[in-house]
Amino acid sequence: MTNATTSGAPMVHADRVSKSFGSNEVLKSISLSVPQGEVMCLVGPSGSGKSTFLRCINHLENVDAGRLSVDGVLVGYEERGDKLYELKPREAARQRRDIGMVFQRFNLFPHMTALENIIEAPIRVNRVKKDAAMAKGRELLAQVGLAEKEDAYPAHLSGGQQQRVAIARALAMEPKLMLFDEPTSALDPELVGEVLDVMKGLAESGMTMIVVTHEMGFAREVADQLVFMDGGVVVESGDPDEVLGNPQHERTRAFLSKVL
Amino acid sequence: MAAARSDRSATPAQVSPNGVDQAEAIKAIRLRHPWRNVIAVILVAMLVLFLVDASQREAYGWANFGKYIFDQRISQAAGYTLLLTVYSMVIAIILGVTLAVMRLSDNPVVKGIAWLYLWVFRGTPVYVQLVFWGLFATIYSTIDVGIPFTEPWLSFETSDLISVFWLAVIGLALNESAYMAEIVRAGILSVDKGQDEAATALGMSWMQTMTRVVIPQAMRIIIPPTGNEVISMLKTTSLVTAIPFSLELYGRSRDISVVIFDPIPLLLVASAWYLLFTSILMVGQYFLEKRFSRGVGQARPEKAGTETGAISVKTGVITTPGEASDSSTDPSGKEHR
Repeated sequence: MTNATTSGAPMVHADRVSKSFGSNEVLKSISLSVPQGEVMCLVGPSGSGKSTFLRCINHLENVDAGRLSVDGVLVGYEERGDKLYELKPREAARQRRDIGMVFQRFNLFPHMTALENIIEAPIRVNRVKKDAAMAKGRELLAQVGLAEKEDAYPAHLSGGQQQRVAIARALAMEPKLMLFDEPTSALDPELVGEVLDVMKGLAESGMTMIVVTHEMGFAREVADQLVFMDGGVVVESGDPDEVLGNPQHERTRAFLSKVL
Repeated sequence: MAAARSDRSATPAQVSPNGVDQAEAIKAIRLRHPWRNVIAVILVAMLVLFLVDASQREAYGWANFGKYIFDQRISQAAGYTLLLTVYSMVIAIILGVTLAVMRLSDNPVVKGIAWLYLWVFRGTPVYVQLVFWGLFATIYSTIDVGIPFTEPWLSFETSDLISVFWLAVIGLALNESAYMAEIVRAGILSVDKGQDEAATALGMSWMQTMTRVVIPQAMRIIIPPTGNEVISMLKTTSLVTAIPFSLELYGRSRDISVVIFDPIPLLLVASAWYLLFTSILMVGQYFLEKRFSRGVGQARPEKAGTETGAISVKTGVITTPGEASDSSTDPSGKEHR
């Protein structure tokens, strides 16, 4: 898929998005916009709906109300006339190809080497030739600083290394948007830096990113927009220095006083 | 405190190569277990008595045992037993995977049908099922091909179409598939949900996710109990006399024993062959389990060993290969690699 993005149009646009699990309303009328090439950091206490919102963008969860679109295309549904049609699995899979996702628990395929993890989807989904996929995979491994680890199985890699392979795996699909779901939360403190460095590099290269994180330093340094969520609503958003330095809401202040 | 200190200084201090002050190794007199020895002696004595008695007992008919153990009819029957086992297991595994996937389906009808199948085939004895299969040709005397409620295009006599051997295979396979379905389902459910999500997020289809990501990992859980099922199936084949199919081990030795009016030695002959096969399978099972209980992370232990000689000492994690699967959820043991 080529990036037929008109400049200036938001890569991700959420308009009053709501989502419930049973009677539990996890997202309450979320409206957000992420312009192309920008980095948005989502922060907030656990259970505030950050991860659910991220999963909705990738259609791992369905949205109950509102409109959520990526690169101008509605996620999970097709609008014909005044009716919404649920997407077929194949079409939903096609949408996901353009969106890379990195998980808290890495979720690498344990029965495949680092390189095999990376080339699996390009070969199976995008029908890339194996040689080309491997060349590209090695390039990506070098980019995340793991050129010499291509034959290592995930269990032989440290958490930080696994997460960097996971990032490379997502990048191999040449996504136009990257989603990070607490990418450093499962890591030992001394391993967090190496993953954040890769993410910084990615942000500098112009990738549009949405990052759910507790790393306020990273958010301040890299984010163009910082969103504080609590109880399924956006409490506060804006320039990270503003939100972190001069929070307007009591809930933001209470949360930041605990994590900063 | 003071006493302890002086005690400690009294023991000859040994300084290990890494400079840590180590206490002397304990040399104590081992605790005796007299009753263990008594029980062991009694058990061995009973076993020897039984063996001596059995070797001389008329009824076992050891002469006939020796005469028939390598009889050609018996070894052919052993071949049939193996064929029954292999064919019915292969069919059972294919059907079992299908049923497991059906049970995990979102479609309530598909799910319900699979449940119904399992309910019937696990809820009735395999012997009774085999008798039913024996009566198949009586219940359905012809098999017709065509559109329902119209004149059939083709019509076959059931007894011409399906031999007794294949009725036995079908009977065993359908029963076994219900058990295989549960084993496969447990294997699939054992794979972390994150794996499915990661594959889905990469744009992989359901089929690709299953065949490339979920099933290969589920194999680790599926293989060992499947080995057990093979051993169990080998023994269950003796029930196909219910069909009646009698060319396999048990049926054949029964037939011979009826002719020579001496049932016991032929039972021993059949038992010896069953034991031979199950022993071979158990050895195979041992190696399969060893291979598959090995975590994916320990796929090449020799390499891991050379690279990370001191890991187990440093971290206290991953000391046996069997625990390797734990390591994938325990990031604490990894930074040393």
